[in-house]
Amino acid sequence: MHIAICAKQTPSTTAVLAVEDGKVTWSDPGGSPDIANPWDEYAIEEAIRLKEKHGGKVTAISMGPEEAREALKTAIAMGCDEAVLVSDEAMKGSDTLATSYVLAKAIEKLGDVDLVIFGRQAVDGDTGQTSMQVARRLGWTPLSFVVAVDEVDAEGGTVTVTRAIEAGRQKVKGPLPAALSVLKEINEPRYPSFKGIRQATKYMRRSLPIWATADLEADSSKIGAAGSRVRWLQVYALPPKEGECTMIEADSPEAAAAELVDKLLEEKVL
Amino acid sequence: MSGIWVWVELSDGKAAPVSVEALGAGRALADELGTELSALVFGQGVEEAAEAAIHHGADQVYACDDATLADCRSEPHAALVSQLAAEHEPIAILAGATASGRDVLALAAVDLEAGLIPDCTGLAVEDGAIRATRPVYAGKLMSNVYADGDTMLASLRSRAFPAPEADAARSGEVINIQPAMAAGDISVEVLGLEASAGEVSLADAGIIVSGGRGVAGPEGFEPVRKLASTLGAALGASRAAVDAGWIPYARQVGQTGKTVSPDLYVAAGISGAIQHLAGMRTSKVIVAINKDPEAPIFKLAQYGIVADLFKMVPALTAELKKRL
Ligand SMILES: Cc1cc2nc3c(=O)[nH]c(=O)nc-3n(C[C@H](O)[C@H](O)[C@H](O)COP(=O)(O)OP(=O)(O)OC[C@H]3O[C@@H](n4cnc5c(N)ncnc54)[C@H](O)[C@@H]3O)c2cc1C
Ligand SMILES: Nc1ncnc2c1ncn2[C@@H]1O[C@H](COP(=O)(O)O)[C@@H](O)[C@H]1O
Repeated sequence: MHIAICAKQTPSTTAVLAVEDGKVTWSDPGGSPDIANPWDEYAIEEAIRLKEKHGGKVTAISMGPEEAREALKTAIAMGCDEAVLVSDEAMKGSDTLATSYVLAKAIEKLGDVDLVIFGRQAVDGDTGQTSMQVARRLGWTPLSFVVAVDEVDAEGGTVTVTRAIEAGRQKVKGPLPAALSVLKEINEPRYPSFKGIRQATKYMRRSLPIWATADLEADSSKIGAAGSRVRWLQVYALPPKEGECTMIEADSPEAAAAELVDKLLEEKVL
Repeated sequence: MSGIWVWVELSDGKAAPVSVEALGAGRALADELGTELSALVFGQGVEEAAEAAIHHGADQVYACDDATLADCRSEPHAALVSQLAAEHEPIAILAGATASGRDVLALAAVDLEAGLIPDCTGLAVEDGAIRATRPVYAGKLMSNVYADGDTMLASLRSRAFPAPEADAARSGEVINIQPAMAAGDISVEVLGLEASAGEVSLADAGIIVSGGRGVAGPEGFEPVRKLASTLGAALGASRAAVDAGWIPYARQVGQTGKTVSPDLYVAAGISGAIQHLAGMRTSKVIVAINKDPEAPIFKLAQYGIVADLFKMVPALTAELKKRL
């Protein structure tokens, strides 16, 4: 089986963000400011587990600028076999419509992919729709919010998964190839081994293929800003919270409870 | 191009709360743009829901009653949305940002080569065009965006828009239509559903009571659960409590869990890590109960009590039982 995963480099979850002239910048005093999108680690882990069970290989795909290699590095370090960076100046400013077009083209170029796995959402744009848009572009079975891959029948060409949706836990089955987006509940991502990290560093330096628009045989009117429909007018920090925290200090829990309930009734939230 | 559309999600034959909110938001846009509001009500046994959509503000309803549309599969819904939209070219199609709502719009956006704006918390008309406000970077920043091209698609976050009152005097037309896909053409087959019985959904909850590592074990959630049920609230949790296996992941609030926006959020034994705050900072009133006066949660909370949750939470439950 050939499994692909799509992963994106994003700011760390503890990054401190700033907006200047409509541009978002970030830093992280506590560590690396750029990481593999945390949701994508679950996609990587699930792909590696499926490979361990069924054989085959895992290829990681990331679209982003030349220097955005964190996601692929993590993917290789965790155990993916190959990685591709899809990168082109012309891909700048892509919304999910354009991103899904490029990722679908990259998956098509890989050629023999049976299953592509995505994270639930990227913690920068927070859209959570790229996966199903790629599924639609490829005409593959769309399986979102997956919390368990129950069965992959490569021979019969089907996949059975459990999805966590509002109505409950839904078990569904569909033909391969399929596109999955996975939730955190699905697994516990492994930590890369020391050897894995060394391998990843080497891979990034020597063997990482970089595919541009021409390599994908992509229609340039469908990528980047030209292929996007969503336009950003403004991005801004939330105004700081007004008012201080009112600390309730009373002699007993009972008295504190009575005082709090008074306040909540006053606020009309009860 | 004319008309604002709302794809209405049905659960047990009734519109999901966020779909009713979307009808309200759609009505406001339609009025401002001087156009009509249409509801798309697809499922099995849709007659009542179609009527209710009119009471909630729709001028007309496209109703499709078919077994293939009954079980939350995005393909047949999306195909029908795309087919209708290609024919009638609405200005915008709205849906609630639920699992199904997101998926239906994602698939339809590709079919229509349309801009899709997810998780909107605000919609406005400026110079005749629709502008959306939505949180980005895990809610640390806000953005104002719009979509160019023809039809724009947007999903709306639960509880971000007021739910309109039903007005039984409103009337409108119900147009019955046929499904766009035959049963055999749908790739996904549903094998079963384990329903989440009677639990208040976090996204729709008006009040949420959450426990964190401070509850110290699965049995530690008991007082928290009692407080939640006294308040008719949904039960939430921090990741630390979920990772410890004390409570299922479905209850996790935060950056890698659910984003919620209740009127009241009670955090018991939760320190207030940035990833937790990302999921609940837009709550109207936040109450923090923590034994550490330096816990960061007190910076965001309106009301704070420095106390042992095992004493404070039962006291609060008892007080509420007396007063409510
Ligand atoms: C990529 C990533 C994603 C993450 N996503 C999320 C997410 O979605 N949601 C989330 O919640 N976290 C998330 N986290 C984890 C987050 O960083 C914190 O580790 C987590 O929120 C801590 O949970 P907590 O507040 O329950 O535990 P702690 O930080 O350990 O806090 C426990 C608190 O309980 C108090 N306490 C202890 N005993 C009592 C008592 N008897 N009475 C009263 N108070 C008591 C303590 O004073 C302390 O403040 C994420 C982290 C990463 C790296
Ligand atoms: N630029 C990208 N490169 C690779 N994968 C991506 C990219 N953008 C999004 N994805 C994938 O799509 C998922 C959903 O992203 P989003 O719709 O941007 O929130 C992510 O978790 C990734 O798996």
